[in-house]
Amino acid sequence: MTAARDGSRRLVAAADEAALAIGLRPGQTIAHAQASVPGLVVVEAEPEADLLALGELARWCGRYSPVVQADPPDGVLIDIAGSSHLFGGETGAVRDLLRRVRRSGYSAHASLADTPGAAWAVARFGGGGIVPTGGAAKAVAPLPVAALRLEGETCRALALLGVERVGQLAALPRAQLTRRFVRTLFERYERVTGLAPDPLAPIVPREAPCVRRAFPEPLGHLDALAAALERLTGELCRELERRGEGLRLLDTILRRVDGQPVSLRVGASLPTRDPAHCVRLVGERLQTVDPGFGIDEMALLAARVEPLRARQEEAVATLEAETRDAAALAPLVDRLGVRLGTERVFRAAPVESRVPERSVKRVPALAPVTGISWPEALPRPSRIIDPPEEVRATALLPDYPPKSFVWRRVRYNVASADGPERVHGEWWISDAKMAELRDYYRVEDEKGRRFWLFRNAPTPEGTRWWLHGRFT
Amino acid sequence: MEHAGHNAALSDLRRRIVGLDRSARAKRSALAFGIEGIDNHLPWRGLPLGTLHEFAESGLESEHVAAATLFIGGCLARTKGTILWCLRGRDLFAPALASVGLHPDRVIYVETWKDAEVLPAMEEALRHGGLAGVVGEVAHLSLVASRRLQLAAESSGVPAFALRRWHTDAERASASEPNAAFTRWRIAPAPSPPPPVPGLARARWRVDLLRCRGAEPHSWIVEACDAKGRLALPAVLPDRPDRAPRPAAAQGGGGGRPLPVAADGDRGPRRVAAARRRGG
Repeated sequence: MTAARDGSRRLVAAADEAALAIGLRPGQTIAHAQASVPGLVVVEAEPEADLLALGELARWCGRYSPVVQADPPDGVLIDIAGSSHLFGGETGAVRDLLRRVRRSGYSAHASLADTPGAAWAVARFGGGGIVPTGGAAKAVAPLPVAALRLEGETCRALALLGVERVGQLAALPRAQLTRRFVRTLFERYERVTGLAPDPLAPIVPREAPCVRRAFPEPLGHLDALAAALERLTGELCRELERRGEGLRLLDTILRRVDGQPVSLRVGASLPTRDPAHCVRLVGERLQTVDPGFGIDEMALLAARVEPLRARQEEAVATLEAETRDAAALAPLVDRLGVRLGTERVFRAAPVESRVPERSVKRVPALAPVTGISWPEALPRPSRIIDPPEEVRATALLPDYPPKSFVWRRVRYNVASADGPERVHGEWWISDAKMAELRDYYRVEDEKGRRFWLFRNAPTPEGTRWWLHGRFT
Repeated sequence: MEHAGHNAALSDLRRRIVGLDRSARAKRSALAFGIEGIDNHLPWRGLPLGTLHEFAESGLESEHVAAATLFIGGCLARTKGTILWCLRGRDLFAPALASVGLHPDRVIYVETWKDAEVLPAMEEALRHGGLAGVVGEVAHLSLVASRRLQLAAESSGVPAFALRRWHTDAERASASEPNAAFTRWRIAPAPSPPPPVPGLARARWRVDLLRCRGAEPHSWIVEACDAKGRLALPAVLPDRPDRAPRPAAAQGGGGGRPLPVAADGDRGPRRVAAARRRGG
């Protein structure tokens, strides 16, 4: 079950089936729930994440009908008129929907009715099921008035009048009640029963901008392809400009005469709609294409776009120096990324880890700057030898730095040393890591070469020394 | 009379040649080391921007080039802007660059495994401009390749640093081949003085200027870069060589073979003895 904060109280926001079965209800205080059920698992509610997940679910429901509306906080409305026969009639559609939704871990109720309001009411208060055509008023009549999506205030006022069921409400004289209550009361009722229209606001799937051109004659020459690419890129970029968007991923699909499609994907680290830049990015890859007997058709598809207009206006105004730098370097980073692979152009960022080789992670080259660096007090070698190489070292006493060591068959005599810096294993990951213990020494040999050696935790076979890096 | 005319023709020719020579035409600003001796020795009072510089280490150290890495890192830490660093492996440890003042936000790494990837990536970055420096770890740097880099650097005014890394003897042999780098440097570790308390003193490097347009080869002993990337001169200079080593001889001697530990004469054993006395 999840908890949400309401003023100073923490209330149960939602409870799963097991919690409902033992009598917990949304709206209880957490303290009450915990007192009645010892060992209760409480998770903080995340309304934003729930909303995003609901949107995803609604998009997925697009498989049943093109008209789908997410209905926060916990519903999805689908207009199935005209498409139910694809799923074996209305019964089949509802059964199929429930089966699939439940299989992915949701608990769900579904109902099908003439109006969205009636379906909403029956799914929540009537136990679900299919309401026959024209039976909406009859179906909602025995339900509590809350099934009309009324606020708690209105429900309580109606309860004082002795009105508890929708059917009772429908029988009341309308004019007097409208004066006492908000107008919405009967509007709601009319919408539920189909007397007033209740349109959905369906999710409009965004189409990816795409331009294509079929060639009258198959093109076999790279120069001709490059020229076609230039024209198409221009078209695509104009289209993007009209929509106020910039490219992040661009797919180029070439159809060969033998029917084999060739697709190239290039990515931009910052959204762009500069035709010259796009042409250069795709051009790098175009040379690797084998045109075979010729290419019939070329299509450019903006696979991922991001809004760009706002940023450009920003650029005119005063902009932070870092952002401007990133924008200036984006074409270079993109070109290197296309040539070598995006993951091979990166920046290093600190990770809070005690294990030295794990203290660095890769971040995208133009990720926002953080200003965070590694702690300055820790001396670290400029070149790390990974995995560490074992050396034969001799120390005067077990706790002393080595007097000399042999690495790659060369003996180094230690002139002076600094250490140890003790590095513990990351014990919070596993017990085995706890036993990993390293004592690091910086040593300088008599020629001034500096090494980074470490000694394992003592084992029955004796201590082993490893070379892990070089300072000079 | 005829002589004077001759002179005028010659000076006119010279002017035209200077006009053609793009490297001389650009009035260069330079990246100063902050050390009087080195800056005064170089004609530009520092490392000129918009040119190619080569850094190497000798002997077995040329595989890891750990000191030269820090030296370049320190030089670039004193600039402003983003650095592009073309790696030839995965052994560069970024926290060390941060420790000489090069903040991780300022460095974009490109993982290039072979020269055929490093050189085009460097050239692309140099031509693009807008960077504070471009570093590339290369094994071979032919005359043609280095000239391309030099021209690219000139076109944008970004300094280029070629960090030579050699893994095999054959690669080390290419050290003496000519290339178009403006300055060629060799960084080597130098023994640091025994510290007053147990531990390590600030590291020292021997910095050899092997070749430089308009300056004699020279070498210095310096103290390693501090947290802001600044070099320093040691307080006392007992070991300072009074004469620069001959570049060809020095590189030939260092090539390939591991340096014997006792080659340092009597200084090595004495240092060890000193250390032992301190330890006891």
